[in-house]
Amino acid sequence: MDYFAQQLINGIVLGSIYGLIAIGYTMVYGIVGMINFAHGDIFMIGGFIALISFLILVSIGLTVVPVILLIVLLVSMAITALYGWTIERIAYRPLRHSFRLAPMLSAIGMSFVLTNYSQVAQGARVKPVPPIITGGYTLHESGDGFVVRLSNVQIIVVITTVVLLGIFTWLVAKTRLGRDMRACEQDQTMASLLGVDVDRTISMTFVIGAALAAVAGMMYLLYYGLVDFFMGFVAGIKAFTAAVLGGIGSLPGAMLGGLLIGLIETLWAAYFSTEYKDVAAFSILIVVLIFLPTGLLGRPEVEKV
Amino acid sequence: MAALSPSAKAARGLDAAFIFKKALISAVVALVLFSLMIGVRTEAGPSGQLIYWTRFGDLAAMVAVVFGGSIVVELLRYWWGPVDTIRIVPPSTQNALAIARRAIAPVLLIFTFLVPVIFYDQRYILDLGILVLTYVMLGWGLNVVVGLAGLLDLGYVAFYAVGAYSYALLATNFGLSFWICLPLAGILAAFFGVLLGFPVLRLRGDYLAIVTLAFGEIVRLVIINWQSLTGGPNGIGSIPRPTMFGIPLTPGDDGLAAKLGIAFSPTHRIVFLFYLILALALLTNWVTIRLRALPIGRAWEALREDEVACRALGINTTTTKLTAFATGAMFAGFAGSFFATRQGFISPESFTFQESALVLAIVVLGGMGSQLGVALAALTMIGGFELFRGFEQYRMLVFGIAMVLLMIWRPRGLIGHRAPTVFLKHSHAISSDLVKEGKG
Repeated sequence: MDYFAQQLINGIVLGSIYGLIAIGYTMVYGIVGMINFAHGDIFMIGGFIALISFLILVSIGLTVVPVILLIVLLVSMAITALYGWTIERIAYRPLRHSFRLAPMLSAIGMSFVLTNYSQVAQGARVKPVPPIITGGYTLHESGDGFVVRLSNVQIIVVITTVVLLGIFTWLVAKTRLGRDMRACEQDQTMASLLGVDVDRTISMTFVIGAALAAVAGMMYLLYYGLVDFFMGFVAGIKAFTAAVLGGIGSLPGAMLGGLLIGLIETLWAAYFSTEYKDVAAFSILIVVLIFLPTGLLGRPEVEKV
Repeated sequence: MAALSPSAKAARGLDAAFIFKKALISAVVALVLFSLMIGVRTEAGPSGQLIYWTRFGDLAAMVAVVFGGSIVVELLRYWWGPVDTIRIVPPSTQNALAIARRAIAPVLLIFTFLVPVIFYDQRYILDLGILVLTYVMLGWGLNVVVGLAGLLDLGYVAFYAVGAYSYALLATNFGLSFWICLPLAGILAAFFGVLLGFPVLRLRGDYLAIVTLAFGEIVRLVIINWQSLTGGPNGIGSIPRPTMFGIPLTPGDDGLAAKLGIAFSPTHRIVFLFYLILALALLTNWVTIRLRALPIGRAWEALREDEVACRALGINTTTTKLTAFATGAMFAGFAGSFFATRQGFISPESFTFQESALVLAIVVLGGMGSQLGVALAALTMIGGFELFRGFEQYRMLVFGIAMVLLMIWRPRGLIGHRAPTVFLKHSHAISSDLVKEGKG
């Protein structure tokens, strides 16, 4: 039971990270109707930027951990958001009205560009950092000495996710931008006729998605203490699985899907086998799409004739 | 920053200030993007601690390149602009082009047949030829699934892997010859195609793409982790070389050279492999063209265009999709077993998503359904890829950039139209703009 509780905590933390990435997939799919294949790599870039800015801040003598974390978070979000904006501008906008396969291949190409760009720029080796946040709480200690721990990193990851999710939900529900986004999701032509700047709204969608992916990248760095150039691919597919599981296009769905994928993966690794945990995650994707093609919280798709 | 119409451009003239401003903005964006990733380099130091050093020179160079590049692109856009190619090319040239277009396929075929004769002494070119032909075959195989049936498959490499591993396992464990394993590998791969096809019958478009991607990854992960069968990451080595129907191509007394009474040369095997893959590729092409004229091929194309109408006409979409998956997978299986016998060694590293993306890029660049286009695209992509062999590090980077640029330049592929298989009275070329995709 204690072991299960510990895995539950680990799963929720991993799930929060997946959920943050999944939001980017869901938003872009909802508005533009394409799978942004490069999104996983944007998450990876976010992790790298967090790592580098962290190293610089430490080396110039900053010691107050909350200040460091806040600056790293902002820098990482800002630069990664600019990556999202630039990629949309270069690789997707010219193909907006092109045939449907073109943006997808362009996105696959962009994913290769980002992966190999960071490999060339930062080298192929894994970059470890020493634990930045240490300490935690012991929740329960069983007779045989097994300790259920909730570390401070885990708390920070979950709280950051919840806060950002709150800000983001408010953004979509209450602001002008959110209204424009929902309008574009319904009907782009109609939205543009009614004075919504569709191009700008789509750009902003990519910017927000990339910023949230950057947060996920930083949380990953804090939690696992490493980044490498290849981590975007697998994390990307898993986050996409989460988005599909929750019902693509639905924001609460993306978060729910992320949590579920994180839990399933962690529990699978804990109780069955570590080697096949990715296989389990991908199999879930296939099973979900067969039995629940619109996901848990998705709207049923209307077949147009 | 939308492309200006010609009249607006003429009215405006060359606006130097506008171009300069745009280049400046690009440079600033590049500066922010590259600031930390290029400007700072991290590496794990001797004690395991991360250290970093700055590379402001590289950063400045990159930003300068973006600034200059932006100006060049703007100028090119200004001078070239959107031109009406049809009106610009005179009719005589158009006729010549039409003849050239008709002649290109036979000329290319004859040239391919002669490659081992012309370049007999250049092993490198022969090897490259084999590589290109392998991708031509893979492209033609995937074309059945994507180009004809409109089913977007991102896990095609899984079937390639199934073919390669089934040949490797059958040959090393049971000593079966290449010519028995080849059809077996094809059947096994086709079986896997059906296995994948069944669950995804209801899916369409992007969902199908992502499920096939997941399937490809599952196959690769299983190969890596099922150590006892597949050797895991170490792969399978000493896979037997193909024989010419039982006669080995070796220097020994029972070898082909000895039997023919000629001096042995290792090039013989390369030439043999070249013709083998050429034959396999041509088989794929021939079968595809034949199938296209048969009801099943027309059902594939109908499925690609409109699934609902397809069903209304009484076409069984289930069998149609499954046959498309199985046929495409079978050719991938053939190509896989050829790959295994050529390399003599296989490992999961050869069957990554990258390969699937490469083959898909060949099909799409070739123009979805155009056999000649796929062959030309394979030649361009693999040949272009080969040019960067010396810059191993930058190869995939350049490949990714090329993929993005090609999509922007020609989203419909190199050959934008093709002749219909079945027509009433007159054959009109079909522009690929009219071809729907991935809706099935």
